[in-house]
Formats: sequence, C-alpha cells, structure tokens
Amino acid sequence: MTRQQTQRLAQWLISATAVIVILPIVLVVVYVVAKGIGAINWEFLTQPPRNGMTEGGIFPALLGTIILTLGTAVAAIPLAVGAAIYLAEYAGDNRFTRAIRLAIVNLAGIPSIVYGLFGLGMFVLFFNFGTSILAGALTLGLMTLPVVISTAEEAILTVPQEFRVVSFSLGASRWQTIRHQVLPHALPGIITGIILGLGRAAGETAPILFTVAAFYLPELPKSIFDQTMALPYHLYVIATQVPGMPLSIQYGTALVLLFIVLSFTLVATVIRTVMRRRREW
Amino acid sequence: MENKIEVRNFNFYYGDFQALIDLNVPIRANQITALIGPSGCGKSTFLRGLNRMNDTIRSARAEGEVLLDGKNIYDPDVDVVDLRQRVGMVFQRPNPFPQSIYNNVAFGPRVLGMNKTNDLDQIVTESLQGAALWDEVKDRLDQPALELNPGQQQRMCIARTIAVRPEVILMDEPCSALDPVATLHVEDLMRRLSEKYTIVIVTHNMQQAARASDWTGFFWLGRLVEFNETTELFTNPHESLTESYITGRQG
Repeated sequence: MTRQQTQRLAQWLISATAVIVILPIVLVVVYVVAKGIGAINWEFLTQPPRNGMTEGGIFPALLGTIILTLGTAVAAIPLAVGAAIYLAEYAGDNRFTRAIRLAIVNLAGIPSIVYGLFGLGMFVLFFNFGTSILAGALTLGLMTLPVVISTAEEAILTVPQEFRVVSFSLGASRWQTIRHQVLPHALPGIITGIILGLGRAAGETAPILFTVAAFYLPELPKSIFDQTMALPYHLYVIATQVPGMPLSIQYGTALVLLFIVLSFTLVATVIRTVMRRRREW
Repeated sequence: MENKIEVRNFNFYYGDFQALIDLNVPIRANQITALIGPSGCGKSTFLRGLNRMNDTIRSARAEGEVLLDGKNIYDPDVDVVDLRQRVGMVFQRPNPFPQSIYNNVAFGPRVLGMNKTNDLDQIVTESLQGAALWDEVKDRLDQPALELNPGQQQRMCIARTIAVRPEVILMDEPCSALDPVATLHVEDLMRRLSEKYTIVIVTHNMQQAARASDWTGFFWLGRLVEFNETTELFTNPHESLTESYITGRQG
C-alpha cells in the first residue's frame, strides 16, 4: 500500500471507532426515550406507586434519590475539596502523599458493591445508623470522593503558578492566596467534578442496596435515620422482582433516572464551557 | 548614607549547586540599586533572596544574613508574610490577576485587612497616581486589567505593589517585555518612587542601569564582582571583568 492509502485506511478506522463509541449511547437514549416517554406525565412524577407498584407513579423513589444526592453532596464536597486543596497546595511530594494519591486512585477502582458492603458494615452496623438515609448518603459520599478529589486537584493545579507568586509577593498568606486567587479560578473545574461525581452517585444501585434503599414504603421518610426508596433500586425491583409489571412503567422509570443522570452531566459540561470561554489567561 | 538592607556573607544553594557565593551588598535607602550581569549569574536569585521569594523552591537553602533595618530576615522569628509586605516585588512579565484594575490594586490592602470602601478607594487612587497610571485608567477602574497594554499593565503592577505600602521595591527586569516608550515611562516612575521607596532592580539592559540607577552591582557566576556608584562603575570600572562586560567584550 502507498502512504496515501495507509493514511486513508488509518483515518477511516479511527473515525469508525469514534462512531462505534457513540452509537451505543445514542441507541440507549433513543430506545429508552421511545419506550418510556409514554409513561411520563405529572401523575407519574408526583404520585406514589399503587396496587403492588403496578400502577401509579414513582414520587417516593424520585424524592429519595434527590435527598440521597443532596446528602452525598453534603458528605462528600467538604472532605473532597479539602483533600484536593491539601494535595495541590500544601502537600509535598513524599512517601506519605504518594501513598494518599495511590489510595485515591485505588478508591476510584473499587467496585460499587464493595462500597455497599463497607457501608453496611461501617455505617449501618458499626456506627449503628441502621438502614438509613444517613448511612446511604455517607456510603455514596465515600464512593464519590475519589472522582471529586482528582478533578478538583486537577482544577487547582491548572491555576497558573504566577497568580500564587504574585499574591505571596503582595503579602498574602498561603490561605489568603488559596482563598482569593486559586479557588475562584479553580471553581468551575471543581464544580464540574462535584456534579459529575453526584451524577454517578444518583444512578448507583449497589452502594444503597444494603444501606438505605427500601423495596416499598407506604410513607415518605421523616428523618435522616429513615429508609427511603430510590430510583435505581426501584428500577431494579420493578424490573426483576414484581410479576406483571407493566413495561411502560419500567421504561418510564428508566427514562427519569437516565434524565437525572444525563442532566447532571449536561450541567457540568455547560458550566465548564461557559467558564472556559470567560477565562482570560 | 543609610543602608536600608545590608547583605552579609550571603550564600545560596539550589540543592548541591551554589548559585550565590559569599555576597556582601549594601542597599542604600531611597536610592535605586541596579544589578547587572549575564543570564544565570545569580542576580535574580539574589533579588528573590531579599524578600524570601525563593522559600517556595524545594531544596533551596540560604546562608548568611540579609539585614533589613538591622534585622536578619532569615531569622526564625521573622514572618515571611509581613516581610513581603515590607519588601514588595514587580516581576519581569506584567502579571495582572484576571480581574478588574481596581481589584488588582486593592488585593494587597484587602488581604492586609483593609475593607472599608472609602479607604480602599483612596489607596487605589493614590497607588495608581503614584504609578503614573491614574489619568489613563480613572474612568475604567472596573475594566479587566488584562485589557490594558503591556506598559500600562506593568505600571498597574507597580501600583499594586505600592498599594501595600512597602519600604523596598524589588524589580526583576521590569521592562524586558516593554517597548522603549513604555520602558522610559517605567524608568521615570522609578526615579520618582525612589523618593519614597528603596528600589532594587535587576536588568539585562546596561543602558538602563546607567540611566536609571544610583548604584550598580555587577554579578558574575554567583559572585559580586564590583559594586559602586553607577557613574563610577560605568566610567571607571575597577575590575577588568566589569570593564569587558560593560563594553560588550564579555558576556
């Protein structure tokens, strides 16, 4: 083959991989939307399930997922952002910090079911929180930490070193420099990481399986020590555990979950794009 | 004449490499001291040693004394944050924060705890006037500082530095990114600033040192070869190395 031919072949193959990567995502979205859109209406989103869950809506599960996601945010954001600031601004490069970084990378690779079991042992049993929103949110928060820490650290490190040097030269302390020059410029990246992490938490089933999720609850949770229903687990339940479940409800539930997770990603992308355009260095 | 800074037996190391060798330099109060020498001779390292900006570099180590008003700034009880407020710095490249002109200049006073709008307004005005930039920017203080031209940006950086009311201003080749007109602006400004501040400037440009400074130190491979009044050093150098450098035969 001539150079021109290999070039054409390489370009064709590489373009093909891109298409193959995108195709499943497009198909999943199109398929779920097509099958599920018919079930979506106001009642579906605002009513509890009825008649052995074969009728009615998904409101308790939807609310539960929102509460769990907020709880995850409260549990994970301060810890993750603090750790990211420490790693990026304070920590040196020594055996201790290398160990921390290694731990974070490995935390990101742990299967979510292991987080679920850890949450059961740690929060539900050892701390005796019981099967509760608290235990579930902490478990999800733990799972979210590595993603948020890595992206936040990355965002902090992209802030030009010059800003820090100038700030120090003007008599600012390290914390003032971080607070007033580093964090404002790193914020879009940090927020992006947080949202992506929360999006993943909102869609996970395994970590909430033993820590918070309920098969069916006649009432909404009243405190963080109550159980709650949640969308991913609800979907799993109605898809596998309930005989005679109408397909439209299953796909409708899947669509709502998909919508929530994708909108997290979309919001993160929009923030990143807008902030990048505004960035002036 | 009074010495604002007295450098005594100062050595500086990057790891195993000794960048500065046994320096003794007097910095006269309210005068402009220029440091010249070829790239890598240690003049910038020396400048950064005067407000401990080298502290952030790992493996860097200083020995000897830098006496600021008689007090060694390398003593353990010296707070570097206070030190840098007293000894300010202007950098080679104009480096405004990506914020408004006002917020750039007000940043230093704010971190030092000034937060009344009136006080800040006043200090921003005075600083910009002090840096000969006020007339050009007074109607657009809320505009991004990065929209200024490089010469204006550098004068804004000088305004930002004097806004924290330093005693000494260190300038690290402040004109190397500027055109000749902007350079002359900054040199005029230095002359006026020297009435209130002690100025140390590192420059590649020997004409600049000759034009704009009162004292000149010539650095060569980490050593201070010669230090003298500027007119004396340029017209009657005592060392042959100095002579060959300033006449362009060496360096």
